[in-house]
Amino acid sequence: MPIMSVEDFSFTYAAAPARSLNSINLPIKKNSITSLIGPSGCGKSTLLRSLNRMHDLYTNNEYEGRLMLLNETTLEMENILDIKKENEFIQLRQRVGMIFQKPTPFPMSIFDNVAYGLRLSGIKNKTELKDRVEDALKGSALFGEVSDRLNKSAMGLSGGQQQRLCIARAVALKPELLLFDEPTSALDPISTAAIEELIVELKKDVSVAIVTHNMQQASRISDYTAFMYLGDLIEYGETEQIFLNPREKKTEDYITGRFG
Amino acid sequence: MRLLLNKIVLLLSTLSALIGLAFLAWILFTLIGKGLSSLHFSLFLNDLIDGGLRNLIVGQFIMAGIASLIGIPVGMMAGIYLQEYGRGRYVRFIRDLSDIMMSAPSIVIGAFVYAIVVVPMHGTSGIAGSIALSIMMIPIVINTTDNMLSLVPRELREAGIALGASKSRVIVDIIIKAAKVGIMTGLLLSFARIIGETAPLLFTSETSNYFSVNLTEAYPSLTVSIYALANDPTSSSRDLAWAASFILTMMVLMINLLGRYITRKKG
Repeated sequence: MPIMSVEDFSFTYAAAPARSLNSINLPIKKNSITSLIGPSGCGKSTLLRSLNRMHDLYTNNEYEGRLMLLNETTLEMENILDIKKENEFIQLRQRVGMIFQKPTPFPMSIFDNVAYGLRLSGIKNKTELKDRVEDALKGSALFGEVSDRLNKSAMGLSGGQQQRLCIARAVALKPELLLFDEPTSALDPISTAAIEELIVELKKDVSVAIVTHNMQQASRISDYTAFMYLGDLIEYGETEQIFLNPREKKTEDYITGRFG
Repeated sequence: MRLLLNKIVLLLSTLSALIGLAFLAWILFTLIGKGLSSLHFSLFLNDLIDGGLRNLIVGQFIMAGIASLIGIPVGMMAGIYLQEYGRGRYVRFIRDLSDIMMSAPSIVIGAFVYAIVVVPMHGTSGIAGSIALSIMMIPIVINTTDNMLSLVPRELREAGIALGASKSRVIVDIIIKAAKVGIMTGLLLSFARIIGETAPLLFTSETSNYFSVNLTEAYPSLTVSIYALANDPTSSSRDLAWAASFILTMMVLMINLLGRYITRKKG
């Protein structure tokens, strides 16, 4: 069952002469990891950033088609491109979280970082806040390392810890879908392994879409893979099938390293 | 040939640096020499009417303080607007305008405030002086805020938005905090800049020999009094002007050092 279904979706950046995404159709399945791969400029990040309407920070971008998001309580699909009101955007972004390429800790304490989204969503009760923050940090395999310095600045953490903090911050809101935009490309191999392990762990509770430049990473962690090229979705399928038996010549050329 | 040219350029630039530094050292030594000899603790206890400087120092700080109360919020809000909300040619125009304002001759700002505040109020006042100083301060604060906010990475804004914060929340909770040290330093430097100004006060606040908290009358100003005392033929007045100049320089120096200290400590 898809948590999100991308239907005939096209996207054009403000003032760009051509579309950056052409009529994409793609399911993001529940409690699984879907990776988006493809060479630079293929539109994978553009697609990912459409899924929580991040492009709306900048004006005059154009959307076409539908992005249907499953409401887990009513089990109805709703088109998130219909969202216009500020409070609906806020709800959307709490349901669809995002982790960026560079770790983005806020200039505040570790605790306040994780509590930030929770406070925005209206949780004021101190014990509830404390419990949710601890749960999120435990869920992100960070609690043991920071439990004695929750009130210290998050800027003092290492790069890998900062990235896990950002994951904890997003997880704390109990999102339905988490979007990862090349989350390990700024990290060393050990931190990368920790993040990958964490993402796999997370899929018990949340669905994941991840953009990655690293094909080994896609094959290691994802259940489904979508290969994109020049704004088109070339092929989508189970990761094993895409990597072992690609149907399209382009996909095969890319994953065997003949171009990219 | 290239080596020779290199040596000539090195010599010329070293010489230029030495000339600049020499004048600075000269000014400082004269100030310390003449200022220290006339400096006395009683200067801080008596008002100008009794041969002291107390009312002038307090008056200067009050006017610069009120100017900051106007200039900092207005300048910061404008800087935030330019960096976070404004788009297109209109913003570039305001930015250029603010840059031009920054280099506007301060006597012109004094004349402007004379026309719009002093004339309608029928007299010089502390309020007019504060307004003139705040007009000097606003473009500096706009420039600092604008520049410091532009250094905050785009990802940090997006991360805030991605957690469901509104744009204004992100600015208040995250962006300003991330740029805090730079903005604080800029605010201190802009304060240092206006506290030593004479021209904007010359015919807006004038100065007064008495201690005053009434901002609707001519108001005591250290800088304007230095100007007046230095023109006075009696030697005791000139000694007092030296002492006042020394104190003023030290005040500006201290604020500048504080600004640098903050940057180094936290930046």
